[in-house]
Amino acid sequence: MDLDKFKVHGEPLIYGAMISIALATIGILVGLTYFKKWGYLWREWLTTVDHKKIGIMYILAALLMLFRGGVDAMMMRLQTAAPEMKFLDAQHYNEVFTTHGLIMILFMAMPFIIGLMNVIIPLQIGARDVAFPRLNAVSFWLFFMGAMLLNISFVIGGSPDAGWSAYFPLASLEFSPTVGNNYYSLALQISGIGTLITGVNFIVTILKMRAPGMTLMKMPMFTWSVLITNVIIVFAFPVLTIALAMMMFDRLFGSQFFTMANGGMDMLWANLFWVWGHPEVYIVILPAFGIYSEIIATFSKKNLYGYTSMVFSMLIISLLSFLVWAHHFYTMGQGAMVNSFFSITTMAIAVPTGVKIFNWLFTLRKGRITFTTPMLYTLAFIPIFTIGGVTGVMLAMASADYQYHNTMFLVAHFHYVLIPGAVFAVIAGFHYWFPKVFGFRLNERLGKHAFWWIIISFNVTFFPMFFLGLMGMTRRLYTYSKESGFGPLNMLSFVGAVGLAIGFVILVYNIYWSTRYMPRDTTNDPWDGRTLEWATHSPIPLYNFAIVPKVETRDALWSAKQENIPLYTDTKYTKIHMPSNTGKPFILGVVFFFLGFFLVFSMWIPAIVAGIGILVVLAFMSFDKDQGYYIPVEEVIATEKKLMRGETV
Amino acid sequence: MKIDASKPLEYSTEENSNKIFGFWVFLGAEIPLFATLFTVYFVMVNRFASGPSGSELFEIGPVLMETFLLLSSSFTIGLAVHAMRHGYKKAMMVFMAITLVMGLAFVGIEIDEFFTYVHEGATLQTSGFLSSLFILLGTHGLHVSFGLLWGIGIMIQLWKRGITPATANKTFIFSLFWHFLDVVWIFIFSFVYLKGLM
Ligand code: HEM
Ligand SMILES: [Cu+2]
Repeated sequence: MDLDKFKVHGEPLIYGAMISIALATIGILVGLTYFKKWGYLWREWLTTVDHKKIGIMYILAALLMLFRGGVDAMMMRLQTAAPEMKFLDAQHYNEVFTTHGLIMILFMAMPFIIGLMNVIIPLQIGARDVAFPRLNAVSFWLFFMGAMLLNISFVIGGSPDAGWSAYFPLASLEFSPTVGNNYYSLALQISGIGTLITGVNFIVTILKMRAPGMTLMKMPMFTWSVLITNVIIVFAFPVLTIALAMMMFDRLFGSQFFTMANGGMDMLWANLFWVWGHPEVYIVILPAFGIYSEIIATFSKKNLYGYTSMVFSMLIISLLSFLVWAHHFYTMGQGAMVNSFFSITTMAIAVPTGVKIFNWLFTLRKGRITFTTPMLYTLAFIPIFTIGGVTGVMLAMASADYQYHNTMFLVAHFHYVLIPGAVFAVIAGFHYWFPKVFGFRLNERLGKHAFWWIIISFNVTFFPMFFLGLMGMTRRLYTYSKESGFGPLNMLSFVGAVGLAIGFVILVYNIYWSTRYMPRDTTNDPWDGRTLEWATHSPIPLYNFAIVPKVETRDALWSAKQENIPLYTDTKYTKIHMPSNTGKPFILGVVFFFLGFFLVFSMWIPAIVAGIGILVVLAFMSFDKDQGYYIPVEEVIATEKKLMRGETV
Repeated sequence: MKIDASKPLEYSTEENSNKIFGFWVFLGAEIPLFATLFTVYFVMVNRFASGPSGSELFEIGPVLMETFLLLSSSFTIGLAVHAMRHGYKKAMMVFMAITLVMGLAFVGIEIDEFFTYVHEGATLQTSGFLSSLFILLGTHGLHVSFGLLWGIGIMIQLWKRGITPATANKTFIFSLFWHFLDVVWIFIFSFVYLKGLM
């Protein structure tokens, strides 16, 4: 066999990465063996079907990917910090911006949000679990294995290099001959299937498993945002599935979908990609709106202003998100009529988004505001996101876009929407819900330090890019001459990126510090919350709620506290049905990983074996008779007693 | 497990009715999936390059046969569910077996058709039109083939475990899947074959 194709072309940085990956892997394996943690890992994590643990794994993986994507970002900023830098070569720069974009959106922002929703949604709706716990584990492992598949591309065979949007013909075998884009099509396919399953699972969970009394219009705003997001997932991801399959066929089997000859059509890819890609942006941003709504209401001690209009604006945004895809390629020759249509639909999105912004401002008005870390991120989000939105409207004007298209102005714009709109939100949500999951808060002082570093550095990093774009610096440019005059602003942007990195390091250090030193929270409700997740113990018992709560108003817990409307009308404990752990989802993920890997390298026989392996695992899952088990009443009572005394179980 | 006797067996537990609802949502995702495939096909339908066009390639005979088989099998799976509701395990198994045999014949004809096309020099690589034709038919065919394996699995479980809330639930969901494939085929039959033959 030709071992050469597994090698990546020599560059000291890549060899460095290889060695560190190898060392880290060996370190983990040795560590697990030495501390005898294999059994623990298998029983508690790899086979878990508990939505809270699955959520935690999503979040850990997302943090890891934030680090990976962040290192990519730092490398790009370093390479362009000054004219004629010789840090990365052109090919390596291509790979880095491609994986940066892919990882940040698909393997960081989206999983982080899915992680939060896994942990919180069942609690917010007063349910004991998600609708399909085992399928939930399948989702996680498919996402995780897809992410790993993309990550190893860097050291085995080469990463994708045609941008995260992988436009054809650039991404075709002819112009992108390494296996990089094979990885693209397969890694995204595998994790995409996982996402689709999540979408189905959470739609059913939210529509079918709400606590008695919680009508749709009494659902917390985060739950609403997640419901709408999952509907978008179910309609958008199948388009990606097909587009990726076609990409794979073109690259592996020589089909003619996106070729330049034989009747292929390269613009077909651009269209399909963005029919999925634009809604994808809303998949990461709508839940963020939900998170911010919860935080603003909690820390202003007020009901959310304009609840109904909030819901409707999200519904409208989700519909419009499917009608704007061509604003990503106004300049690619589709004519004035088409451009006008997409220009108008795009600008229309600003209306419901504006409604939401005003609702948040009205909620804040005359509120009793406490400036906690999650609240600070929320308050910073509003103006920064507005800058992103305004520049978005500038880009939406087709004629003007001929000027900005593919310049750093665009890069600045989408970071101005994505980072406050997704990253700040997940950080805020992380700080906000952390005590629910772990039973203690993160340190506020460290949290605020990290906050100021991140907010200030964010603007230092990205604001100069607007000007760079207007000066004519194109996107994805790996080097430039001194005469271009791009140098100083790029240097400023690099300085900002370093500040951002420092901010994130403080954030992670805060997790470590707080784990060791923060006092345990005994109230279960440290922020004086409004929604049901604060009505159970922290950390959350396996069964979430010993007694299923009854909901009468929108902010059920708040009403319980303010107006003495009882949440728990039943007083008798009963036995509780739980699903049992299973290793099959993990095994399924591993087999999918191998299938992907073999296909990337066109190793047909092993690929067929892996394909059959998948069918076998599925058959085992289908024949499984396991009906779960019951937690007996005595055990529920004992656990509740312990938790009420503030002990951990 | 609580069983609610006022409902059909396949809906009788909360988990069961969630599964059925979940499967409807999943079918909701199959609609954009096939819609994308059809869109791609319509975009590509006149891009033959140097290869054959639909009217040169398609033959009505086998396609009518395929249509007959799939439509009838959609009927027999309905009969299987009907038998299940009455608790006639044997009749149910027979109808399922007939369904699967017809599905198998469908796949057989389709594979034979693919071989004929390829034999005539109309391959996946020939033109944009053919690539999109193969991926549309192939995705549908793959669904049917997967359905065959799935159906066999369910039959084994029925045979071993009888008609229980779990097996009834699986059979019912399988029948939804099978009907859906039938609907997709009607679109393929009308907009790919009939239109292509005109
Ligand atoms: C943490 C600080 C970050 C920095 C310093 C940074 C920097 C950059 C730079 C310099 C580029 C342009 C590369 C080029 O065109 O040559 C880029 C592209 C991109 N970034 Fe970021 N980024 C950061 C975070 C994020 C986040 C959080 C997301 C998404 C949630 C994101 C998504 C993207 C995408 C989608 C691209 C386009 C990639 C492509 O052109 O294919 N970035 N980033
Ligand atoms: Cu867009």
